[in-house]
Amino acid sequence: MSQFNTQRVQALDTWQTVCGQQDLVSNSGVVVWLDGAQVALFYLPGAEGKTLYAIDNHDPQSGANVIGRGLVGSIKGDLVVASPIYKQHFRLEDGSCLEYPQQRLRVWPVRLNGDAVEVGVY
Amino acid sequence: MNSNVAALNKLQTLIVIGNGMVGHHCVEQLIEKGALEHYHIHVFSEEPMRAYDRVHLSEYFTGRDAESLALGDAALYQTPGVTLHLGVPVLEIERATRHVVTAQGGIAYDKLILATGSYPFVPPVEGAEGNSRLVYRTLEDLDAIRAAAANARRGVVVGGGLLGLEAANALKSLGLEAHVVEFAPRLMPVQLDDMGGLALKAQIERLGVGVHLSRATQSISAGDEYRYRMNFANDEFLETDLIVFSAGIRAQDALARQCALEIGPRGGAVIDNHCLSSDPHIYAIGECASWNGSLFGLVAPGYQMARNVAAQLCNEVAEPFMGADMSTKLKLLGVDVGSIGDAQGSTPGSRSFQFVDEASASYRRLVVSACGKYVIGAVLVGDNSYYDTLLQYAQNAIALPAEPAGLILPTSEGAPTLGPGALPESATICSCHNVTKGSICSAIDGGCTDLGLLKSQTKACTGCGGCAGLLKQVFEHELIARGVSVDKSLCEHFAYTRQELYALVRVEGVISFDELLAKHGRGHIGCDICKPAVGSILASCWNQPIMDASLVPLQDTNDTFMANMQKNGTYSVVPRIPGGEITADKLIAIGVVAKKYDLYTKITGGQRIDLFGAQLHELPDIWAELIEAGFETGHAYGKSTRTVKSCVGSTWCRYGVQDSVQMALNLEDRYKGLRSPHKLKFAVSGCTRECAEAQSKDVGVIATEKGWNLYIAGNGGMRPRHAELFATDLDDDTLIRYIDRFLMFYIRTADKLQRTSVWRESLEGGLDYLKDVIIHDSLGLGAELESQMQLVVDRYECEWANALQDPEKLKRFRTFVNDKRPDPDIHFVQERGQRRPIMAAELNLIPVTEETV
Repeated sequence: MSQFNTQRVQALDTWQTVCGQQDLVSNSGVVVWLDGAQVALFYLPGAEGKTLYAIDNHDPQSGANVIGRGLVGSIKGDLVVASPIYKQHFRLEDGSCLEYPQQRLRVWPVRLNGDAVEVGVY
Repeated sequence: MNSNVAALNKLQTLIVIGNGMVGHHCVEQLIEKGALEHYHIHVFSEEPMRAYDRVHLSEYFTGRDAESLALGDAALYQTPGVTLHLGVPVLEIERATRHVVTAQGGIAYDKLILATGSYPFVPPVEGAEGNSRLVYRTLEDLDAIRAAAANARRGVVVGGGLLGLEAANALKSLGLEAHVVEFAPRLMPVQLDDMGGLALKAQIERLGVGVHLSRATQSISAGDEYRYRMNFANDEFLETDLIVFSAGIRAQDALARQCALEIGPRGGAVIDNHCLSSDPHIYAIGECASWNGSLFGLVAPGYQMARNVAAQLCNEVAEPFMGADMSTKLKLLGVDVGSIGDAQGSTPGSRSFQFVDEASASYRRLVVSACGKYVIGAVLVGDNSYYDTLLQYAQNAIALPAEPAGLILPTSEGAPTLGPGALPESATICSCHNVTKGSICSAIDGGCTDLGLLKSQTKACTGCGGCAGLLKQVFEHELIARGVSVDKSLCEHFAYTRQELYALVRVEGVISFDELLAKHGRGHIGCDICKPAVGSILASCWNQPIMDASLVPLQDTNDTFMANMQKNGTYSVVPRIPGGEITADKLIAIGVVAKKYDLYTKITGGQRIDLFGAQLHELPDIWAELIEAGFETGHAYGKSTRTVKSCVGSTWCRYGVQDSVQMALNLEDRYKGLRSPHKLKFAVSGCTRECAEAQSKDVGVIATEKGWNLYIAGNGGMRPRHAELFATDLDDDTLIRYIDRFLMFYIRTADKLQRTSVWRESLEGGLDYLKDVIIHDSLGLGAELESQMQLVVDRYECEWANALQDPEKLKRFRTFVNDKRPDPDIHFVQERGQRRPIMAAELNLIPVTEETV
C-alpha cells in the first residue's frame, strides 16, 4: 500500500497548464485537449471545499464526447455531472457512476495556479 | 412427515353448492382463514363458467367479455385441497347418509353450504315462449338476448325494478328501442316512494325508454308490425320483437325442498343467526336463504353471510347475522338512484323532508326519526352525490344538523359532505366486504400509504365499487392526520412543487436561481432536476436572455447551446419559419448554410427545416449566417413555443374561409420565445377540412364563417389526445386574449414537464372549470394573466442574436478551449446523398490514419 502511494506520488510529477481561468465557465463545464485525451473541467466557485474538477469527457454509454456539456449538481452530498444524452450521473470527485457501477470515468488532479489551470499528469 | 399424514387423514369434506358471487366469496374467505387445514373443499356449479360479477352484467353488452367479468383470480381454484366442478349440477342431497348425488356419482360430506342463489320469476303468461320469454340472470341468458336482438327493432322488459331497469339498459345498448312494463303504479316499488318513482320515470323517458305502469300482461300473441303483441287489460297492447321477464327473483331452493329442509314463508331455506339451516350440518347463504322470513337479493348481505359461515368453519368467533341494510345506490340507464333504510317513511312517527326539481327531474327525500335526531331513510333520484353522507348519518346514528333539510338541498358547492374525520371508527366504509374506518386506519398504521395497496389489503372497494369516493377521502384524511403526505418536493434542494416555486418567484420577484435557493432551498449547487425547472420558471416570468451568466448553468443540455444534441454529440439547428411560410431567398440561404457546413437536411413535422451534424464550435458561425439571412432561433431545443403550423387558407385555397397563414404568423410572432413546463405546439386551419391538424395541438385554431374556433390541450406523441373545443366564432382579439390567459394559467398551475393535455386532465372540474377561469374570469385572474403574457412578449429577443453580440457568451461554444481541432471521434458516412453519423458497427471500416487530425 505504501509502495503504491509512493509510486503514485512519484508518477504525478508534472502539472501541465491546459488553459487560463478566464476560459472556465462558472457552475458549468468546458473541455480541454490534453495529449490525445479530452478532459472536462468543471468550475464551482460557490462550492464548499474543492472548486475545480477534471473528469473524462467521454460518455461510456453513448460513446460520444459530451460529459463537459452536462449539468452539474449535488445529489445526497456528492457533486455530480449528468451526461447530457442519457442523464446518468458521475461523481466529480472520483468519476464513479451513481446508476451504473461499471461505468467509471477517469479523473485528474487539477488546480488553479494563479490564472493558470493545471492538470496533473501521471 | 408422520404428523402430516395424520393431518391429511383427519381432513373432512366440505361441499359448497353454487359458484355465484356469494358462493365464491365464501370459498375465498374459507381459504384465507385457513379452512384447508381442516377440510377438502368441493365446489359444484351448474354454470359452465366460474363465478362472475352479476352486478355489472349489463357491461357484457358494452365491451366486457366473460373473462373480464370473472371474479377473483382463477388460481384460487387451483389451490391444492380445492376442487371446482363446473357444469356439474347437484341432483340430490341425502341428509341421512350425508352425501350429495351428481350425474357423475355420489360424494360424502361432513359440512355442506348451500349457495344456490335465485332464479328469475316468470309469471305464467299465455303465449310466452322462446324470444317472448327471455330472462336476465346469467351469461347464457345474455347470449340468448343478444341472439334474439339480432333481427329486432324493439324490446320490452317486464318488471320495472332494479334488475328490470338494468335489463332495459342492456336492450338499449344492443341498439333496440327499449320499453319497460311494470305491474305496480311506480318504478322500483321496493326502493322508491311515489315521488321518487315519478322522477325516475321522467328521467328514463327522456332517455328514450318507454315506461308503461300499472300494466299486467295477460297474454302474448302474434303482432302486426312487430313479432309479438303483449295484451294488457282494456284492450291495450304493446308490440315488440322480444320480451325479457324481470319480474323479481325467487330463492333457488329446489335442493332444500328435495331434502326436506325447513322452507321460509317466501321460499328459501330457513336459517338462524349463524346461517345454519334446520339440519346442523347444512348452512345456507345468499339469496337461497330465508332469515326471519326475509330474503336478501343484494350482494352485501350475501357476503356478510359468507363471512359468517367461513369464520365458524375455521373456529373463529363469528358475528351473528342479524339482518342486513338494504340501502343501495345505482346508476340505472345512466340515472343515479339511491335508497337508504326506510325509504318510504313507514316507521311510525317518522317525518320527511322532500326536494323536487321538475326541470331536471331530480328528487330527494330525507326520512328522520320521530325524535327528529337521526336519519332513518332516504330516496335519491338524479344525483347520488348525497348518498355517502346520508348513509353514514343513517348507519352510525350521527346526530342531525340543526337544519336537516340542508342535507338534501342543492348548494353551489355541491352536495354537503360529512368530513371523513367526523365518522366513528366503527363506520362501515365498504359494505360489500364489511370494511370499517377502523380497519382502514389500522392498515395505514401498518405502513400502507398507497390507495391501490390499501384496496388489496383490506378488500375495500373491490365489491360493487360504490365506496370509491368515500374510501379515497378517508384514506387521504387519515394520511394527513398522521402527518404522512405524498412527498411532492421537486428534489432534495427544494421542498416545494413546481407550482409553489412559480408562485414564490412571481410574488417575491425572484430573478435568479441563487436567490431562490438561498431563500427557499437547501445547499449551494442544486441539481439537474431543479436547475432546469427553475430556469424555465424564471424564463416564463421574466423572459431574460437564457445566455445571461446567472442563467447559463441552469439550462438543460439543449438550451445551454441553443441547439438539439444528437446521439453522437453533434447538434441540429432549426431556424424559425413562422407559419411554415418561406421565401425562395430564405430557402436558398438555408441551402447555402447546409452545403457549406455539410449538414444533413430534413423537413420537420412542424413545417420547418432541421439541419443536422453541426459541431459545438460551428454553431456561432452557422447562426451568424442564418441571422444575416433574416432568420431567428426556432427554439426547437426548448420547453417553449415551437411552431404554429398552418394550411394555405383563404388566400389560395378554394375552400378556405379565413386567412389562416396570417393568423399563424400573428400567433407565432406573439408566443415565440415563451418558455413553459413543456413544449407548446400550435396550428391554424383555414376551414373545417382541418389540413393543419389543429386538433392535435396544444392550441388549435380553426376558421369558421364568423371567426375562429379555439381548441385546447391536444397532443400527438406517445399518448395522442384530441384537443377539446373551447370556444367558438371568436374575433381576432378575443382569440388572442383567451390564448394568453390559457397559456399563462397553464404555466402557473402545471407540474414540471407536464404537457397541456395531462394538465387539463388533472384539473378538478375539467373543461368547464377551465372555461370558467378563462372565459368567465371566475378567479378574477384574466387581466393579470394577460399582463404577464404581455411582459414576456415585450421582452422577446432572439437569444442567438443576443449571444452573438457577446464574446463572453460565446466562450462555451468551443469544442476544446485550448485547441482549434474538432472532436476527432466524430465520424460520418454518406447515405442517400447526405452524411449521417457512423454506426458503432461501421467504425472498424475507417482507416486508422483518418482518425488523427
